[in-house]
This record gives sequence, structure tokens and C-alpha cells, in this order.
Amino acid sequence: MTINEIQDELIEDFAFFEDWMAKYEYLIQLGKELPLIDEQYKKEEYLIKGCQSKVWLHADHRDGKVIFTADSDAIITKGLVGLMIKVLSGHTPREIASSDLYFIDQIGLKEHLSPTRANGLLSMVKQMKLYALALQANES
Amino acid sequence: MERTAVLERFDVEKVREDFPILTRTVNGKPLVYLDNGATTQKPKQVIDAIVNYYTQLNSNVHRGVHHLSQLATDAFEVTRRILRPFLNAPHEHEIIFTKGTTESINLVAQCYGKAFVRAGDEIIISAMEHHSNIVPWQILCEERGAVLRVVPINDAGELDLDTYKSYLNDRTKMVAITYVSNALGTINPVKEIIQAAHAVGAPVLLDAAQAIQHIPVDVQELDVDFLAFSGHKMYGPTGIGVLYGKEQWLNAMPPYQGGGEMIKEVTFAKTTYNELPFKFEAGTPNIEAGICLTHAISYLNELGLPNIAAYENELLAYATHQLTEIPGLRIVGTAREKSSVVSFLLDGAHPYDVGVILDKLGIAVRTGHHCTQPLMDRFAIPGTVRASIALYNTREEIDTLVAAVKRAAAMLL
Repeated sequence: MTINEIQDELIEDFAFFEDWMAKYEYLIQLGKELPLIDEQYKKEEYLIKGCQSKVWLHADHRDGKVIFTADSDAIITKGLVGLMIKVLSGHTPREIASSDLYFIDQIGLKEHLSPTRANGLLSMVKQMKLYALALQANES
Repeated sequence: MERTAVLERFDVEKVREDFPILTRTVNGKPLVYLDNGATTQKPKQVIDAIVNYYTQLNSNVHRGVHHLSQLATDAFEVTRRILRPFLNAPHEHEIIFTKGTTESINLVAQCYGKAFVRAGDEIIISAMEHHSNIVPWQILCEERGAVLRVVPINDAGELDLDTYKSYLNDRTKMVAITYVSNALGTINPVKEIIQAAHAVGAPVLLDAAQAIQHIPVDVQELDVDFLAFSGHKMYGPTGIGVLYGKEQWLNAMPPYQGGGEMIKEVTFAKTTYNELPFKFEAGTPNIEAGICLTHAISYLNELGLPNIAAYENELLAYATHQLTEIPGLRIVGTAREKSSVVSFLLDGAHPYDVGVILDKLGIAVRTGHHCTQPLMDRFAIPGTVRASIALYNTREEIDTLVAAVKRAAAMLL
């Protein structure tokens, strides 16, 4: 599936949630279930420091594709991190670098990407794209 | 302040009518505003004054001979005049206007530092300081080769006074301590702290940002050398702050910034500086905020700080009791002397997650480290959820908070 197909699927899934509670319960569940990152990567050099919650991000380049793993110390942030990984991981650097992440807005979670939230999520998305750009530059 | 018959009982419903923002909704729920430590809401008396300033008075101060400038200057200086008795300062010219507490502290760190701090000297702060009462002193110490000494706290969040006293010596050039902790609510025994510092000849700066709206402050009774606070945390406008300083210190300090207003005479060879307070007030101040701060102070004066404190303390006790009933909830900051701040953690839940859910329920609290990272490190926690109570909060709002925290616990744990 392309990045946009995955985004569209998520938008469709989220349309079934009747209220914010259901949506957040899903995120929390997602956060709890996903063992997102290998413990060896949960250290300073992989840390993206938000003011409030921390996010660890690791990228692997395999067969022309970028595999992201990540984690957070806050469960809602972790759920959102999980969504980002679902959308961006496993695609080529070019696809990731040029992607437009419209799903966050459409599923009504845009506030979490606001700089005032200071949860590290915005920096994580930037970092993911930077990885992709750097890999893309290396390829060409 | 005389306790009037009308205020025998604190009429919170009437008080709430003065704050238009309290009727709005957030995420479809009535707003419960419990982030007063960050900034307070403004009564209509202040809001009306802001509108009146721009519709009737707007003009630069201390400059023009024209009528409007005169009116604006008079109104601006009324605030200084009303602040003098509010703080019981000996002189009006000991009251310096700044942008806020942060600038007040930076002013003292830089100007006092230039005049009095040398290599090997010592500055004392505490483990519960806000970053704005840590970093200016760190910068000063780095510049001067001075030493920063940090008074530790106990598990309840109270200062270790014995250690503090053991730090005092003839190299101590400043004691900069918060009056009330923004993250924990601890009220420090400032009078004792000041007396001990004076015994070795060291001046004391009190960060009163979280005290001035809750506790009557008498600078002469405290014998404090410098006192810093912000307008926006005391129901006034943003962008105006106050530095009270004893005349003899202020006169002995060089100016903070150069510019208009702070000068007496300028030639390219030499500039002579203006007298207090203008020596420290270079450039056009925040005129609107300066003028309208008067209305916030009048508002506090009318209600009476002792009445406000009594009411807030009652709510604090209620909130502490109700929150403590929640299984897995831990209060961070359990000092015997506390202001109306409840910082807490739900075991197993990140404060950020709790804050997000409370927000969805219309409740504004602060989550995170509260600009006190060393303090959070002291407790080995990433942060807390902080409910800070103001004069317009109610028992019903505390009940809403408690119910919401229970709901967050059910979702997160």
C-alpha cells in the first residue's frame, strides 16, 4: 500500500469512533500493545526530547526501504507514534520525504502536532523526513 | 486591610461574574481553569481598563507636554503609587517596572552582579527554583567566576534550613529564593531566610511570582532587599512586572539597559543617568499593561488578600483531601506551609497523558516539569500534573477535576 492508501484506511477506521473517548482508548490500546523499539535504541542518541514526553526513534535502511521503530514514555504519544510508523515505515526515502501527512488532521488529532504540546511528536515527524532526505541524497 | 462585613463570607459566585472567560466552554464542556500558576484570568475591571486605555488615553509616557501624554503618564504613575502601600515599600521610586518576574530577576543578577559579585563569591539559590531564578545566576556565576550553591529540600518539598544556614558566610553575595514554589506550592519561611542572610551581610531576592496573588507582602516587615513579581499572575495584564529594591542597593547598581528615559544628559563624551526609578526603565514601557495593573491591584485590595487566602486555602484542603482518595494518586509537595497548588502523579501514568485527557474534559491544568527540571530530577519524576487554584475556583470545579482524574485513571491504567 502507498503512504496515502494507508492514510485513507486510517481515516476510514477512525470514522467509526463515536467520540473522543473511543478514539483515545484506541490510541492508548495501540500504545500499550506495540513493543515499538529495541531496548538498545532507548538511549540518549536516539532520543527526541519534547518538553513533556520523550520519543525515541530509530531508522534502518533495508532493500531500499526505511524501517522506523520508535517509542515514547507517554502512552498517548506512543499511540500516535505507532500511527506515524504505520504510515511511513516500509517506504522508500523518496516516498517518505515527499509525503503529505494529512491523516492526522482528518482523524482529529491535529492538536498533538502543535508545537505547544511539546510532546516530541512534531520533532519526530521532522526527524523521519530528515532521515529520508539524507538517504535520498546518498542514493543519488 | 479591614475585613468588611460584605466579605464576611467570600462570595465566589459574585466574583465569577467579574471574569467573563469563565463562562466559555472548552471541547464542549464548561471551562474549569486550574492553571492559575501559569497565568490568571482577568476581571472585567481590567479588561474594561484596557479598552479604555486605547480608546481614551493612548500616548507615550514621561515625554510629551501634550494633554494625552500627561494623562497617560499620570495613569501610569498611579500604578506605582498604588503599589507602594500594596507592598508597604518605603518609597515609590523603589518600584521599578519590568516585563515580568524573569526580567526583574535578570535585572538584579546583571546590575547587582556587575557592582558586587567577584571571583570566588557565592550565590545561594534553592533546589525548588523556577528556571528563571536559576539561569540568570548561573550566567552571572560563569561570567564572574562565582560559585552557585543550591539549598536542598526534603521529601515533603521543604527547604533544608540547617544546610542553608551552613552555606552562609562572608563570601555570600546574594540569596535568591522563591517565596512560594510554583511546582509544589511550598511557602518558604522567608523571614527567617532573610534574617540569616542579613547576619552575614548578604542581600536577599525573593521571587514572589507565586506569592503576590495569595499572601499579603510587606517588604519592610520582611526586610527583603529585592522582590520580583508579574502582573499577569495577579489578575493583571501580561507584559508588566515589578521589581522592588531597597534604595541603597538600586542606587549602588549600574543601569540595566541604555536608551531613552533612563538618562539625565547625553553627550558623546559622557551620559549621566536619570534618578530612580527611571534609571532602570530604558525605552517605552508597556504603558497599557502598566496602567491597567492598577485595576488588578484594586481588585485584590477590594476583596482583601487575607479573605482570598482563607478561601483558597479551604479549596486547597478540599482538593488535597479529595484527590488523595483516588487509588494510586500521589501528591508531590506536602509541605506544612502550602499555597493553593496541588501537584500530583497517577502511578503508572505519564503526566502528559493525564493532561491530555483532562483537557478533553474541559479542564485546564499544567503538566510537565513546570520550568523546574532540577526539582523534578530531585524527585526522580518526569513531571507532574499541577492544579493551581485561584480566587474564582469553586468546590464544584474541584469535584469535576477529581471525577476527571478518576476517568483518566480508568482509561490509562
